[in-house]
Amino acid sequence: MTTTAASVRVSLDAATRAGLDALLLSMADDEFVIGFSDSEWTGIAPMLEEDVAMSSLALDEIGHARALYELLAELRGDGNDADSIAFDRQPAGYRHCRLVDGGRGDWAMTIARRYLYDTADAARLEAVAQSSWAPLAELVAKLRREEKYHVMHVSTWLERLALGGDEARTRLLAAFAKLAPDAATVFAPLPGESVLVAGGVLATPLSEAEARWRASITPDMVRLKMPMPPPAVAPERGRLDHSDDFRWLWTEFTTVRRLDPEATW
Amino acid sequence: MIETASHPSVTRAHVLAALADVADPEIPAISIVDLGVVHAVIVKDGGVRIELLPTFVGCPALEMIESTVRDRLSEFGRPVEVDFVRTVPWTSERITPAGRAALRRSGFAPPAEPADVRCPYCASARVAMDSAFGPTQCRSLFYCRDCRQPFEAFKPV
Repeated sequence: MTTTAASVRVSLDAATRAGLDALLLSMADDEFVIGFSDSEWTGIAPMLEEDVAMSSLALDEIGHARALYELLAELRGDGNDADSIAFDRQPAGYRHCRLVDGGRGDWAMTIARRYLYDTADAARLEAVAQSSWAPLAELVAKLRREEKYHVMHVSTWLERLALGGDEARTRLLAAFAKLAPDAATVFAPLPGESVLVAGGVLATPLSEAEARWRASITPDMVRLKMPMPPPAVAPERGRLDHSDDFRWLWTEFTTVRRLDPEATW
Repeated sequence: MIETASHPSVTRAHVLAALADVADPEIPAISIVDLGVVHAVIVKDGGVRIELLPTFVGCPALEMIESTVRDRLSEFGRPVEVDFVRTVPWTSERITPAGRAALRRSGFAPPAEPADVRCPYCASARVAMDSAFGPTQCRSLFYCRDCRQPFEAFKPV
């Protein structure tokens, strides 16, 4: 299944290609890891409708990851396909952000993580949607139309837990206390980012996307009396350090690949 | 759309008629033609080239649609090429009027903003969204307060 113009690599200098590589990998790994984490709710979510919804969200994210990995595979042109990029790395080689690195946790943790990630991802996608690199701008235009439903859905849940009585709010606040310090790692600076901004591949630096994200969630945080996420600690390591929770998830999602690399669906 | 009928026995109309038998497995009520998934049909140099637009980026049905199209067109005995095009986004506005009517007949509300969704059974506007996510990525769950029927509505994208 070929999907993009063959001219993906045309007219990109080496520095831009390296920057794009880092950008695509970070976006794809974020979607891939949160998608797999959320797929763990399939069959055990708190209610049937939510079981269906969370499975559908997870499927969206893994599908988005696949499209981004495919674009990355075309950019690299080294013969390795999307599956190879997704499954053939050791855990230390993944570049997802710290926000999505922890385990699934309880329902409040999942909702808090999804809220922080989906709102941050929306701000990041806004910066990428205006990319001067057409293959990325075209893909992101499609992703944004689907992601808006994620924000809509998780915002409803955030409100439900924040206003839903003692236990729900206590658990949500505990989840925020754990996750919010890492929320801004979605915008952790990327190697080669300045080259991407200079060339218009990124419309704005990620730090500006972060500022827009903070402005976008402020009304929710005020209305629901939730604390604003603090700036990320050590943002330069925001995509480099992974937890045992992630290493466990990695063993799960690479099981089939490691058993039989040639397996097809 | 480009159209070049160079072989007398296979025309673009033949190919479109054949594609009218192919449905998205998640939306069996309407064909991929009425769904607006067929971007281009090119009959040229004895071969057939079909360009399709994926609905949702992560839609798990894409490969099945591709192989069904290939199977259905194999009867023409010509080389068949099927490609997915990403440069043009599929939007729910591409669903044809006939497709929207067929969805309604099957109990699905065609894509509309939530405030404009009508019950496909009784046409009531007194409906509420239960969940933005239904059994597939492309649908939401609704409930009709008049005929008390739960139903699914396609998401506008």
